[in-house]
Amino acid sequence: MDAVVAWFLDPANWTGTSGVPNRLVEHVILSGLAVLIGALIAIPIGLFIGHTGRGAVATIAVGNLGRAVPSYAMLVVFVPLLGLGFPNALAALVLLSIPPILTNTYAGMREVDRDMVEAGRGMGMREWQLLRSVELPLALPVVLAGVRVAAVQVVATATLAALVGGGALGRFIADGFALQDRPQLVAGALLVAGLAVITERAMTLLEQRTVSEGLRGSTRGPTPADLAPPAPPAWPSVGAG
Amino acid sequence: MAELLRRNGGMLADGLVDHLVLTGIAVGVGFALSLVLVLLIVRSRRLAGPIIAVAGTLYTIPSLALFAFLVPVTGLSLVSAEIGLVSYTLLILVRNILAGLDGVSPDVVEAADGMGHTRLQRLVGVELPLALPLIVAGLRIATVTTIGLVMVTAVIGQGGLGQVMLRGFSLRNWDLVYASLVVMVGLAIAADLLLVLAGRLLTPWTRRRAA
Repeated sequence: MDAVVAWFLDPANWTGTSGVPNRLVEHVILSGLAVLIGALIAIPIGLFIGHTGRGAVATIAVGNLGRAVPSYAMLVVFVPLLGLGFPNALAALVLLSIPPILTNTYAGMREVDRDMVEAGRGMGMREWQLLRSVELPLALPVVLAGVRVAAVQVVATATLAALVGGGALGRFIADGFALQDRPQLVAGALLVAGLAVITERAMTLLEQRTVSEGLRGSTRGPTPADLAPPAPPAWPSVGAG
Repeated sequence: MAELLRRNGGMLADGLVDHLVLTGIAVGVGFALSLVLVLLIVRSRRLAGPIIAVAGTLYTIPSLALFAFLVPVTGLSLVSAEIGLVSYTLLILVRNILAGLDGVSPDVVEAADGMGHTRLQRLVGVELPLALPLIVAGLRIATVTTIGLVMVTAVIGQGGLGQVMLRGFSLRNWDLVYASLVVMVGLAIAADLLLVLAGRLLTPWTRRRAA
């Protein structure tokens, strides 16, 4: 343990390309970009499917497939196409982030009380108004739960990117294993675990803040996202990458 | 294809067996441990929060980091791999078993009490069987997740098919990489289907009601 503290106190580990700040920035940029692109792809598709009810079977299939293909394998599969490094890692992580976001967006939309949609329709709302002002606000917490699950999973898997020539915080762990350097190994693990837990907490807070005002303080039961592992339609929660 | 199988079939078969053993131990131990934890929660509801919080934190820690913590303590061993794998099954299983028990109708519980069941008889004879569909759902998720995670335990030398994938990767033998993945996904699908089937056989009443 002293050796780990010494590792953290060594200024050499805080400067340059292989310093903690640079690796942390690499990790956050890689993960953030992947989740952003994944969300930009998955949320519109999920909203469309949820609103029209078309293509539900395909959505569920994508969700199940995403569950069966392990994250580590994703990183390896694209190497022949994209080579080692950032593009490969980004492509793999984007693909990884899509199933949870898509599944939860669809689940969130399907959860929306049909009566509310009908009421909106009765008030003369157009389809896109219904989507924007009724369905999306009501579904938002579940959608964001999907983004949270994806984000934690991506942060975890970005660590594995180091095993296929990527940078980011996983570098410390991969090098620690390779060099039998225990302090570096444990320090890397602490950094990665810390980042994952912080990501999870931050996303949970964001989720809670976006609960529609109309639903706040109501006696509504837990959303499917709260029950993420048990509820079959929603994503089985978080990373395990 | 035939060439690949002829040359690497043995390695793939060995990997498959190792993969099955690693997954079986992890899900088996994880399930036993989860049952114990759920029994504790059933006895004292106050434990639910802390137990789920700890399981949730374990679940959030990236697998590579978890193995990095474990290796200095337990070495590049089966024990390290299984500690990691078991800890990832806990959240899924505890939550599903609990959700299953909570879903049992209070009327049924009362009827069991009225028939003079003791607390244990009620749990084993009434509540757990009725919770089976959700328990099986949890086992399915835990099993498929574990099969995927065993690919990562290859990093600490306990990987089944992950080991085959790593070897293919270091030799730049992409056919071998893809073959190991195909076998792994096949294993995941087969395990999932088997659990669905087992769940159906164990809960005949759910179908009779539907029919």
